[in-house]
Amino acid sequence: MSILGTRVVRTEDPLFLTRGAVYTDDLTDPRLAGAVHATFVRSTVAHGTVTSVDTSAAAEAPGVVGVYTAAELGDLPPVAPPLPFLDAGFSRPWLVGVGERVHFVGDLVAVVLTEERYQGEDAAEMVVVDIDPLPAVVGTAAAKTDGTILFPAVGTNKVAAFGEPAPEDFFADCEVVVRREIVNQRVAAAPLETRAASAAWGEDGRVTIWCTNQGAQQAKGQIAGWLGLDPALVHLITPDVGGGFGAKIGADQEYAFVAWLAQQSGRPVRWTESRSENMTGMLQGRAQDQVVTIGGSRDGRVQAYSLEVSQDCGAYPRIGTVLPTLTMLMAAAVYDIPKVHAQATCYVTNGTSIGAYRGAGRPEATAAVERAMDLFAAEIGMDPADVRRKNFIPTFTEPTQTSSGATYDSGDYEAALDRVLQAAGYDELRAEQARRRERGDTRQLGIGVSAYVEITGADSGHGTSENAELEVHADGTATVLTGTSPHGQGHATTWAMLASEQLGIPVEKITVLHGDTDRIPDGGGTMGSRSLQQGGAAVHQAAVELVEVARKRAAELLEANPDDLEVDLANAGLSVKGTPGVGVTWAQLAADEQLIVQTTFTANAPTFPFGAHVAVVETDVESGKAVVTRLVTVDDAGTIINPLLAEGQRHGGIAQGVGQALLEEILYDEDGNPQTSTFADYPFVSATELPSFELVEMATPTPMNPLGAKGIGEAGTIGSTPAVQSAVVDSVAHLGVRHVDMPATSMRVWRAIQEAQKGSTN
Amino acid sequence: MIPSQFDYVRVSTVDEAVAALAEHGEDAKILAGGHSLLPIMKLRLAVPTVLIDISGAQELNYVRVDGDQVAIGAGTRHHDLEKSEVAQAEVPLLPHVASRVGDPQVRHRGTLGGTVAHCDPASDLPTALLALGATVVVAGPNGRREIPITAFFLGFFETAMEEGELIVELRVPRTGSAGWGYEKFTRRENDWPIVAAAAVHLPDGSVGVALANMGGVVLRAEAVEAALAEGKSIEEAAALAAEGTSPSSDMHADVEYRSHLARLLTQRALKVAAGETEASTAESTAA
Repeated sequence: MSILGTRVVRTEDPLFLTRGAVYTDDLTDPRLAGAVHATFVRSTVAHGTVTSVDTSAAAEAPGVVGVYTAAELGDLPPVAPPLPFLDAGFSRPWLVGVGERVHFVGDLVAVVLTEERYQGEDAAEMVVVDIDPLPAVVGTAAAKTDGTILFPAVGTNKVAAFGEPAPEDFFADCEVVVRREIVNQRVAAAPLETRAASAAWGEDGRVTIWCTNQGAQQAKGQIAGWLGLDPALVHLITPDVGGGFGAKIGADQEYAFVAWLAQQSGRPVRWTESRSENMTGMLQGRAQDQVVTIGGSRDGRVQAYSLEVSQDCGAYPRIGTVLPTLTMLMAAAVYDIPKVHAQATCYVTNGTSIGAYRGAGRPEATAAVERAMDLFAAEIGMDPADVRRKNFIPTFTEPTQTSSGATYDSGDYEAALDRVLQAAGYDELRAEQARRRERGDTRQLGIGVSAYVEITGADSGHGTSENAELEVHADGTATVLTGTSPHGQGHATTWAMLASEQLGIPVEKITVLHGDTDRIPDGGGTMGSRSLQQGGAAVHQAAVELVEVARKRAAELLEANPDDLEVDLANAGLSVKGTPGVGVTWAQLAADEQLIVQTTFTANAPTFPFGAHVAVVETDVESGKAVVTRLVTVDDAGTIINPLLAEGQRHGGIAQGVGQALLEEILYDEDGNPQTSTFADYPFVSATELPSFELVEMATPTPMNPLGAKGIGEAGTIGSTPAVQSAVVDSVAHLGVRHVDMPATSMRVWRAIQEAQKGSTN
Repeated sequence: MIPSQFDYVRVSTVDEAVAALAEHGEDAKILAGGHSLLPIMKLRLAVPTVLIDISGAQELNYVRVDGDQVAIGAGTRHHDLEKSEVAQAEVPLLPHVASRVGDPQVRHRGTLGGTVAHCDPASDLPTALLALGATVVVAGPNGRREIPITAFFLGFFETAMEEGELIVELRVPRTGSAGWGYEKFTRRENDWPIVAAAAVHLPDGSVGVALANMGGVVLRAEAVEAALAEGKSIEEAAALAAEGTSPSSDMHADVEYRSHLARLLTQRALKVAAGETEASTAESTAA
């Protein structure tokens, strides 16, 4: 019986949940003996010119080993933006020096090294930084006026622009046109493990860097580049990683700086940020202001759709600057719309830099088009599910190009919608909604429907390839080396299942290693829901190849025809077909010569998981508070290798989507001061705000890899966010409300009702 | 997220605590559950130089009937108050409100005296104590004194306690089976209330009504109480809930919305207290 498709319990969890897992801050590596602790002094002003940095008191504080300001940086050049087409004027200094500008609350001004970590917090407080404030640019609306320019050398806050304006007559032949400004707000990834890094230089002139990250190989390359080091001198290790959600893609400057400080001080250096530091220092996500325009006929057919994006990049442009291109690529989503237009303009602002966050560009596309579909449905008085059904791309099994330029691998969007509506009991929900509206209940029902398709396994710097090395040892165990970078996903379990399937070696005898650039020099890390379809496929391929190697070796030993040999579970090796007693064990096969395979799997193209969600909320129309009472989802990610883990990804993804729809938003005041820097102020979603999820199965295999698997890490978020937002709007639609921006807080909902009742449109 | 340096003194009796407070002066703070104090110390919003830990003072841990009142030791944890059979029988508003504070971790550490001393305008239990017209018993260098709770909360994180004093007991009337309601409005179940309203029928025939987060301190809804005393309807009285308040405007609620919530929650709490409707807790809506 195949192990694939079975609910193998995660082998890594006992260590994660009890003790034994080693995160960067837990390291007791002997190379870090005698390490000093780095504490950064960060700007408390969003925008301004540094007029003085006085470190004299800090230098005398107990335990201080060194204090560094921009004056101590020597010839270390600032860090250029990570994308080659961006103006070098957007470069970020390591430390902002006197006469230079700070660009966000959290920008680095100085760093102290202390013997003990607590001494660092005291000493850092003693560094006196004077900053002449400049007007802060908060949000894209302020940025695009160029009234205040963040980087005078660049001359504009505009970082990049993608696409062209729509032709004037784009909607000319549409009977109905609806236009709406919507906000896809700035959110925090907030992984349980904050950022952390350690570094130690060896006598061989090499530096070992440990850091919490989603891709050791990429991070190593960046750090070597920034510091001007030969990459061969850098050994980067990602120990156990406690969540990333996209915000740990790529190295952060602090990581490289820790290595530089270790070199300068001649001591190993450790750094772990606080939660408050994390809430301003770590990459954040989304932050798009969108304008959607949708046009069509009164019978429900959509003829033209336009999406204009203003992307907030934060203070220094990072990977978030290019994510709107994914939004544009996925603009048409699951719909067969004859004319689709998308464009994006990206701006710097005095906020934390924007990076990838669960979905990274695709949820923004889905949120926009799903809102547009609802607005269109409301305008023509049609059920939102019916409007969607009327406009779906028909079922396809061969790659199909969309009007926004994406080539989808396989899809059956109407079937996904049908399944979720049936599982939710959609007609009965509508009937119950009608009854409550008729009675004028305080608690009104809202039903939100979303349909989505997203792109996974897209090139995120490593093509569509991933490597795997598989070795079977003389003791009958096996080791897998992968270029993926698990940080909660469970690769240790799934990769072992994939190897076990071919080798017959039990999962508990297979060790999965990752995140060490000396042992695994090349790898693409874990991001963009790529791991199973590329990294997992590579492990599968390695196992298939290894069996072939073993078969030839066994054939020689047994003087048999290789074609007559098969993997024999009972004997833990290979045996002659039909003669289980005659065979050789893995131990025998690996005894004299290493039994090892290194391979690279390259997918033909990315894959496009899809699905449909129904969210049900009850809204207290007197207070505006919406509570999610049901979430029913179809998330079709092709063939499922381990349903337990896939469901876990769906659970987490759905929950994070609810968080964005109802609760989460990073806020700044008009001076650019963060208002949400603690977990008391920043409300990520918790179990008490969530119902039990109702997961509906559907699996349409992809032809893009031998597993048939698509990505599942982000899909839940992409589907649930618009479903919940729609449900909230739907719950008060009978009162005249057409739209409520995210997060749909009680105050927003209440105010939308008030304004609708006054007769004004909202 | 590391506090400034401080000394730590552990005491096991109230007398020792009073002596330690006298010794260390105004920079000393009493540590009970620590769930309000330690977070603000970690953010360095509070920098006491000495913490006097009274969590070992067993004499502060009780809930008992004392004449026509219930006396509750200041060291009583929220969880213990929630589970107290005496409290459930004699003053059921309090154990219910205790069950709505924070999360289980907070409820197992936080103490009644601590939350009153901390004087956060968005705190649950001080709101309930205010509605009940509690008495705060404090101990200090000159012995014990009683302060009516209406005179205890002076301003934002400012109480009527003087230097060298600590809270040792809270006294509340025995309301028994009389009606009560507590309406707490939050983003998430374990958050501080955006606004909360407590209403309770008191032994003297009046109705006590108090509000959380409608000003710099928890407030008595005096206009509502007066209207009820004059025989006005619940709707008429609740419409006055925002009178005399000075709510702040923040990301969760501006002044207009907070005032609306105060009226709405007061009306709901009064109706529950009057037995007209069920409590509208988060649980009841999660179908």
